[in-house]
Amino acid sequence: MGKFTDADKARLDELVSRYPTKKAALLPSLWLAQEVYGGWLPLEAMDEVAGYLELPTADVQGVATFYTMYNKSPRGQHAIEICHNVSCMVLGAEQLIQHCERRLGISATGETTDDGVFTLARVECLGACCNAPAVQVGGSYYENVTPEQLDALIEKLKSAPSEVASPPQAQMAEMRKF
Amino acid sequence: MSEQPQLLYKHRQVPGINTIDVWCQHGGYESFKKALAQEPDAIIEEAKVSGLRGRGGAGFPTHIKWNAVPKNRDVEHYLIINADEGEPGTAKDRDLMNGLPHLLVEGCLISMHAIRASKCYIYIRGEYIEPWKSVQKAINEAYAKGFCGKNVLGSGLDFDIYTHLGAGAYECGEESALMSSLMGERGMPRLKPPAAPLPMISGAWQRPSVVNNVETVSTMVPIIEMGGAKYAEIGYGSPRSRGTKLFSISGHVEKPGVYEIVLGTPFSEVLELCGGVRKGHTLKTYIPGGSSMGFAPPTPLDYPFDYEGIPANTKTLGLGSGGLIVFDETTPIVPITQRLVDFYHHESCGKCTPCREGLNWLHKIYERIMAGAGKESDVDLIWDICDSIRGKSFCALGEGAIWPVMTSLLLFRDEYLAYIRGGKDAMADLTTIGL
Repeated sequence: MGKFTDADKARLDELVSRYPTKKAALLPSLWLAQEVYGGWLPLEAMDEVAGYLELPTADVQGVATFYTMYNKSPRGQHAIEICHNVSCMVLGAEQLIQHCERRLGISATGETTDDGVFTLARVECLGACCNAPAVQVGGSYYENVTPEQLDALIEKLKSAPSEVASPPQAQMAEMRKF
Repeated sequence: MSEQPQLLYKHRQVPGINTIDVWCQHGGYESFKKALAQEPDAIIEEAKVSGLRGRGGAGFPTHIKWNAVPKNRDVEHYLIINADEGEPGTAKDRDLMNGLPHLLVEGCLISMHAIRASKCYIYIRGEYIEPWKSVQKAINEAYAKGFCGKNVLGSGLDFDIYTHLGAGAYECGEESALMSSLMGERGMPRLKPPAAPLPMISGAWQRPSVVNNVETVSTMVPIIEMGGAKYAEIGYGSPRSRGTKLFSISGHVEKPGVYEIVLGTPFSEVLELCGGVRKGHTLKTYIPGGSSMGFAPPTPLDYPFDYEGIPANTKTLGLGSGGLIVFDETTPIVPITQRLVDFYHHESCGKCTPCREGLNWLHKIYERIMAGAGKESDVDLIWDICDSIRGKSFCALGEGAIWPVMTSLLLFRDEYLAYIRGGKDAMADLTTIGL
């Protein structure tokens, strides 16, 4: 049994209508599936997308595993992703990562805290080099981040609703009225 | 100091410039109307006269790409915008999309007209949710005002613009991999001419497709506004580097940020514009245009910073994407290079052997050196491996991966040897970067 509601299917149809082939809607459909399935893509999610787009499941799995932003395992409510590439590295990214690892008691290799609230990961260049170091949580960027600011952010996130790191599909559909 | 006219960023600081009303109050969409009143080939001619070259990295003359597209409308043509900005050190497209989304949309419309395209896909990297929202909102406003949609402004032509989000793969910034990804496949590069037809003949969905960078199409707005000939007068260096370019300046400088700078401005002035190397420190090295370009020596400083001046005066590949990263004397070069090697190792798509295997070996050797177990012969071994990737990888990722490594060896071979000979004790300076 799939999890897509009629509203989700309407969104998928709209996505498909943008491209000359159904297959081209795969990336946006996986984004939608990731949102529907609670922030990651279990096999059933890939199956459901494959069924809807009439693609072999192997094709969908091949694509989903190629891209790092499709999560292949469940994540915490908030994924704190810290850029560690060179512009951030020379301005304190490592110190920030170590601080966060100590604070949350997990390693920045994508581990999740026992209570399931935080996932911590190092990520490659976020494209916020001019305001280094940069941190991404869900769809939001935080720039010029100090360890103190990160502490404050963690406190704030503890009571904030989860924001899945995917484009808000509802908004996307809402925006395309033309 | 040389004068720095602001063509793209003229209205960057105007409050509300990301809305269509304010954009139109400042002359927005006038260039599009002007372009729409002309034949497509006249737009290509303006691009040619202006000397516009691709702003994404390769610097390919835009008009040549556009001219290769069939001049009829027998099949649908596509304009594909590369907003998959992932080159370490590059943050200009994000700034442009966040601040001036209508500049991009207007640039897309002009470029679509030039290549007779009725559909445009803006491929934005998955991390860029905020820029995506900004651009999508601008597109919706353009639809509401009648600049997008069917029979735009009574021209009889259709202009549809869609955004398409990537999902975290650096490789998708490569033109053919980007098209693979757009078509719903793994982001892997495809055969290039002469082994395969030009994308302008048979690209996405086997139809004529042009892939342009965000900044390239945006630059068409001032070019149409002022005329190609007038645009070509701007520039302080090579006759082949005309106009202005966005540079994202990061690292050890006083005022990092995105700057619009006239091509050919002396590098020393570029440094001055961003406040220079941070106070009390000196320049050790810099990467002129995104990590793939490699490290440049601290001298000379007075050379024209443009497509020709950079490779001629440094041993780097060139201007690239305009991501200038500055490093002062506190920077330990070996772990910085290691980070870049690990980046390319992580992002290698795995299609071709030199890149996939070579970067894996480099990754292991750097790990060994940083663990204090390096051998002196490792320095030559690194060079050898780089040489086995150079010119032999399927796409430019392999080439881009080895250039920072090779230039770091050319400039800092002694530092590598000191690391290797001194073992962990020689790595005391690593505290500056938290290692």
